[in-house]
Amino acid sequence: MPEVRIENVTKKFGKLVAVDNVSLHIHEKEYFALLGPSGCGKTTLLRLIAGLIHPDEGKIYMGDRLVNDVPPEDRDIGFVFQTFALFPHMNAWNNVTYGPRVKGFDMKRAGTIGHEVLEMVKLNKRLDAFPNELSGGMMQRIAVARALAAGAKLLLLDEPLGQLDAKVRSDLRYEIRRMTKDLGLTAIHVTHDQAEAMAISDRIAVMKKGRIKQVGTPRELYMAPDNIFVANFIGESNFLEGYVADESKKKMTIELRGGIQVEVANDKAKKGERVVLAIRPEAFDFQKGIEESGNSIGGTVERVTFEGTNIRYEIRLKNQDLIVVVKPSMMAEWLSVEDKVTVSFPLEKAHVFGHPEAGLKEEIAVE
Amino acid sequence: MARKKIIEALDRASSKRALKYAVYFVAIILFFALILLPPVLGIAFKFGAIQVVLDNPSLMNRALGAIANSFWIALFVSAIDLIAGIPLAWLIARRKSRWLTVLDTLSDIPFIVPTAVLGYSLVLFWNGPQGISMLFSGPLISTGWLLIVLLHFTFSFPVVVRVVVGALLDYKREFENASRTLGAPPFTASRTVTFPIIKPSLIAAFILAFSRSVSETGATFVVAGAFENGSIFLQNVKNTYYGTNPTLYYGATVFASLILILVSVSIFIITLALGPKLKLPVRRIWPSFERKLSYSKAESSRNIVTIAIFLVIVLIPSLFVALPAFQAAFTSTLNESFSRTGIWADYWQGLVLSYALAAIVTVLNIIIGLPMAVAIARRKFGHLSALMDILVNIPLVVPSIALGLSLQIFWTQTISSMPELLLLIFAHLAITYPYFVRSMSAAVERISLDMEEASRTLGAKPLGVFRTIILPLTKYSLLSGAILVFTRSIGETGATLAVTTNLKTVPVILVNWIKATGPNAPTTMQIGLGSGYLILFSFVILLVLRQIVKEKGRY
Repeated sequence: MPEVRIENVTKKFGKLVAVDNVSLHIHEKEYFALLGPSGCGKTTLLRLIAGLIHPDEGKIYMGDRLVNDVPPEDRDIGFVFQTFALFPHMNAWNNVTYGPRVKGFDMKRAGTIGHEVLEMVKLNKRLDAFPNELSGGMMQRIAVARALAAGAKLLLLDEPLGQLDAKVRSDLRYEIRRMTKDLGLTAIHVTHDQAEAMAISDRIAVMKKGRIKQVGTPRELYMAPDNIFVANFIGESNFLEGYVADESKKKMTIELRGGIQVEVANDKAKKGERVVLAIRPEAFDFQKGIEESGNSIGGTVERVTFEGTNIRYEIRLKNQDLIVVVKPSMMAEWLSVEDKVTVSFPLEKAHVFGHPEAGLKEEIAVE
Repeated sequence: MARKKIIEALDRASSKRALKYAVYFVAIILFFALILLPPVLGIAFKFGAIQVVLDNPSLMNRALGAIANSFWIALFVSAIDLIAGIPLAWLIARRKSRWLTVLDTLSDIPFIVPTAVLGYSLVLFWNGPQGISMLFSGPLISTGWLLIVLLHFTFSFPVVVRVVVGALLDYKREFENASRTLGAPPFTASRTVTFPIIKPSLIAAFILAFSRSVSETGATFVVAGAFENGSIFLQNVKNTYYGTNPTLYYGATVFASLILILVSVSIFIITLALGPKLKLPVRRIWPSFERKLSYSKAESSRNIVTIAIFLVIVLIPSLFVALPAFQAAFTSTLNESFSRTGIWADYWQGLVLSYALAAIVTVLNIIIGLPMAVAIARRKFGHLSALMDILVNIPLVVPSIALGLSLQIFWTQTISSMPELLLLIFAHLAITYPYFVRSMSAAVERISLDMEEASRTLGAKPLGVFRTIILPLTKYSLLSGAILVFTRSIGETGATLAVTTNLKTVPVILVNWIKATGPNAPTTMQIGLGSGYLILFSFVILLVLRQIVKEKGRY
């Protein structure tokens, strides 16, 4: 039953189309993330699944059951709110056992469930505390416990870690994943933090302006982005604009700005077509001095940032394009500002996309 | 240029601590000197007079009985207010369709009808030959306690609805959503989560309705017939003994005022103290029964009953006075009313007096109320501010006629030739002050302290912060506070009757017209037209003020 199918769902608020003809299939026991910048419609989609709002068009199924007209209390879901929404007039215990009680379980059974879930979130010693007496992390655990206590097989989480400190956040996200896996739940987790989504999800749907840009495993999204937006939003990419100067069966030649020619694997682009190359910062290699051969471009180091694990170089290519190159700090050759370098990349590491009509900036914009 | 220099000088002066606190202190001293202490001292001055009442068991019993009536009626009315008001507030706050906005506007109408007119309107509707009695063989409800209950329900109901709607709109829906996702049907969600969270507002609504009911005099006087409650008793005592038997007048007045004030204040304090401890029953849940109450038939029949009660008991009776006013417009009464002769001479004078008075009182409230509101909201004096927060409410819960009478005793005892107009201004100031300060201090509290601090770090002096941050952000509340004060002053009857002998405001004139008997008594059409003018002018002024608020309401 906890499998969710969304078919051509649209939701408008006045003129704003918050969710635009979205279809998705979330499998049973999957940990699924809805990822996107703020205002992309991910929370709206989650609230549609919960039944807190109703779609203007389209159908939502849970298992084989069409739930469009089913009120939230009958959808058998657990929902963790961004603000936690712990009832301020009830202590932790009454918050957690609220679900079993409104479902008409007897007190004994509600109590057993309460203890079980509080055990799970390791908070069974703070039963009497009211929400305002708990820390952010504790409130978040109670909120998860409360959602689990309702006994649902589908857990919906709306930016559940958004209000927590960085350290607590990274601890809790694995804990939530572990619990859902232990209990065999299906989870749908909304977040704008791509690192969080990558770390915990089985699959991710990347959204922008109410539409789904790509669905896939974290690895697929990173290694094989379908479009410029995903290439930029998941991880980081350098974008180089150019056109197809020549093509053969296996590869094509792209002429970048300033007449620089590079070779990439053939991706069915037509000769003369405008394209954008997306190359990950760690896909580049470099050597000191200007020594251009195939797929290598000369440039000057403009900025060096030491980030701990990595060193990040900003390099101005000779055609004035600025690229970012990232190398592990333990292994890389160290460069300084003003150093002349030659950067190169293997042809299969460049993703080729058609040039967006609205322009590159518009395409990768997150707002 | 000169104006800019003055503002700069004032800004600089405001950063001197002593000067800043002097402003707040003056506001607090004025509050004590003009509003809180005069009634208390007035009663203290004449405290000895109550011996007459203690020696006269029949008069004492009559007074005590009347006072008991006041509180029973208030308790009953405010309970009914909540029961009937919550569903309507829910319907308005959670409006699912456009036409409910109309309902929202309609629910304000009884506000702008001055209570004395409201009383007359109700008499016409429930008891008059053209009213609902047409459907029956005789008058459906005659004057007396039942009509008082209906009247008090009519004017306190909109107050309750307004407060609860405000609370529901401020309330974070997420709590209710959380409850729904945990398996609670709508009825259970609101019973166990929403209402317990907005409980403070429900208590505030109860206190407001209760004190309005205890306090109201003018309209109650119109519908009471031979029935007496506390305020009517005081009014009757004044009519019978003032001038003829001063000992008995002062004795009975001080006795009844003292008890009314003490009991009102006690109830207020008890409610404040016990309110937070009052637990709504949230632990027991009856899933299947509550589920039935949440959906389809139960919900729609509840909505129908709610709207029917509002229309039949509140709205139509409130506006029924429009009927004779409308009829009058087609007769000679209309021209006669413009002639400014006979009874109309007094009327127009009264109208001018009423509006002038309301305007003066509104301005005074802003001047002395603003610093007080800031001092309370920003806790400028620590615990003293918290105490002030409670004290400013007292004039609200004290019956206005008792307030007026004790105020009059104080001023006439201390200043021998106290002008009646000044007394009238002081009385109206005392009664309206809580409305303004409460709404302003709530508005100031809503402004995040960060905003003020940001303004200070950018170089604004304290007065500059007030001028550039607080005032612009509370403009709406300032105006709505002013509207509350203005309408309350226009409608005020109890305290006005208490402090005046010669000056007559419009509500007093209308009460006199309604109460008059004999061949020269004003006709229904004349009274209707008189009421109609008052409603019309008040409505136009309100409309203009609302329009001003709307134009500037972008944030």
